[in-house]
Amino acid sequence: MLELIDVKKTFNVGTINEKKALDGVSIKLDEGDFVTIIGGNGAGKSTTLNAIAGVWPIDSGAIIINGQNVAGLPEHKRAKFIGRVFQDPMTGTAATMEIQENLALAKRRGNPRGLRWGITRAEREEYHELLKTLDLGLEDRMTSKVGLLSGGQRQALTLLMATLKKPDILLLDEHTAALDPKTAAKVLELSDKIIEENRLTAMMVTHNMSAAIKHGNRLIMMNSGRIIYDVKGEEKKNLTVDMLLEKFEQASGSALSNDRMLLSKHDNI
Amino acid sequence: MNVLTTFLNAFPGNISQGLIWGIMAIGVYITYKILDFPDLTVDGSIGTGGAVAVVLILNGVPVWLALVAAFAAGCLAGLITGLLNTLLGIPGILAGILTQIALYSVNLAILGGSNKSISVDKFPLLLSSRRVAVSGGFAMFGWEVGKCLIIVALLIAALYWFFGTEYGFTIRATGCNSNMSRAQGINTKKSTVIALVLSNGLVGLAGGFLAQYQGFADVNMGRGAIVIGLAAVIIGEVLGSAILGKRFNFVARLSFTAVGAIIYFIVLQIVMLTGLPSTYNKLFSAVVVAVFLAVPYIRKSLKTSYGRAAKSSAKKGESRNA
Repeated sequence: MLELIDVKKTFNVGTINEKKALDGVSIKLDEGDFVTIIGGNGAGKSTTLNAIAGVWPIDSGAIIINGQNVAGLPEHKRAKFIGRVFQDPMTGTAATMEIQENLALAKRRGNPRGLRWGITRAEREEYHELLKTLDLGLEDRMTSKVGLLSGGQRQALTLLMATLKKPDILLLDEHTAALDPKTAAKVLELSDKIIEENRLTAMMVTHNMSAAIKHGNRLIMMNSGRIIYDVKGEEKKNLTVDMLLEKFEQASGSALSNDRMLLSKHDNI
Repeated sequence: MNVLTTFLNAFPGNISQGLIWGIMAIGVYITYKILDFPDLTVDGSIGTGGAVAVVLILNGVPVWLALVAAFAAGCLAGLITGLLNTLLGIPGILAGILTQIALYSVNLAILGGSNKSISVDKFPLLLSSRRVAVSGGFAMFGWEVGKCLIIVALLIAALYWFFGTEYGFTIRATGCNSNMSRAQGINTKKSTVIALVLSNGLVGLAGGFLAQYQGFADVNMGRGAIVIGLAAVIIGEVLGSAILGKRFNFVARLSFTAVGAIIYFIVLQIVMLTGLPSTYNKLFSAVVVAVFLAVPYIRKSLKTSYGRAAKSSAKKGESRNA
């Protein structure tokens, strides 16, 4: 499904800001794996997702999706395989376009685009039914501009767009971090539901340790551009937040340095 | 009385001129509003379109074919700006300026001098201000304006179709959110180039019409064109959203851009009638654009500003002290 082999990336090479962001990341995901990723500040969590998505080229290593090495493909070509939801609710949608137009853009992810209509009547009906499943009343506002929606609504819509055409891999980059706790819980629940129903392979970066334990079947912890802990199955289910903190200190030799993660230590969402 | 007659006589001319510049302004709308790219190529590409059309017609090429060539020449200019921006990483505004300056030489070369005139008496031109000006009666006025109207309407219909297609969607998405566009598999560099090509194609076409209408192509005919284009876009937007409100849709936006250009030329005419010499045309254009851009900002800051906050909080403070 997805395999990363010794992926390395250094930013700002040769300058005072040089930063080794990924220092040999290797991981193999099985079909249907839902991996949560946690780690300190600058550990390489989001960088790993961006490397997979092709936001910039990696320095070395391989990124294999469905048996094909995609490391040489630019971002828009890799989009064929990948659905993405971002941290900032503004990033995932086009604000000046209608809700239905955004969905129509997502529907054509990975397909060649030509001079056919950008949205068809049959699609409108399909989207109407699909939006109903969100239970946010968006099905009655299909011609509204996305810019009028709240952050939570936009994230829910982005989630729908990312999975409208079944992706080989779904990347969720702290996609609930900018939402209030109640909305965040709702969007997380929706993510779970969509991933389960479509049997998607997914990776989710989160700063919330309880969420990382509660969701998915596998958990990885990163530090200084490396994966320092990888756990799945029963062992993962039995994890607690305190055990994670302990693991982190053992593996990295220092205390966890992610303020938001520490603050959310006892959140139960 | 005399002034009024002059004004009324100039009216049809202003409208046809406004409609021709309106085509150019619609081109500017595509880059400035849809793609969110401040493209200054247009000052050059309108002249290129005019030069190509005039030189071809003088050499016996049919008018329609010369107009197609003017469109193509504009497209080529847009392509160069697009490639400078996407392939070579030159910032959009600078890429446009570079092409515009280069086109000045190109336009001189095409014209073989700084200007070339073309007479409506010798060539079957599609549009001509002579037919408007010469005492052909009001019917003649009407037909010249009517032809311009038909051309603009056809172009708006074509653009309405294009921006409803998958390609059109990619351009709109790229202008709105390029990160999202790439995540949805859109090649944002390609859509940027396509939009610039289309926009400058329209500008080149407008140049082809304008050169026929005024009876000559001049190497300076595009100087300040971007400002007229922006004026039309902005006047059209302010007017359209005031009149139509929420029903200000895509077709209306393009139509009001053309209306904006007409209003611009009518207002320009009024200003000229006050006796201001035509040397001040460009100064006037700049002032119009500055005013229309500033008005929304000033209106907003009249409603809420630090000054107001200071006054109202001072009042609150007094009542507490009392």
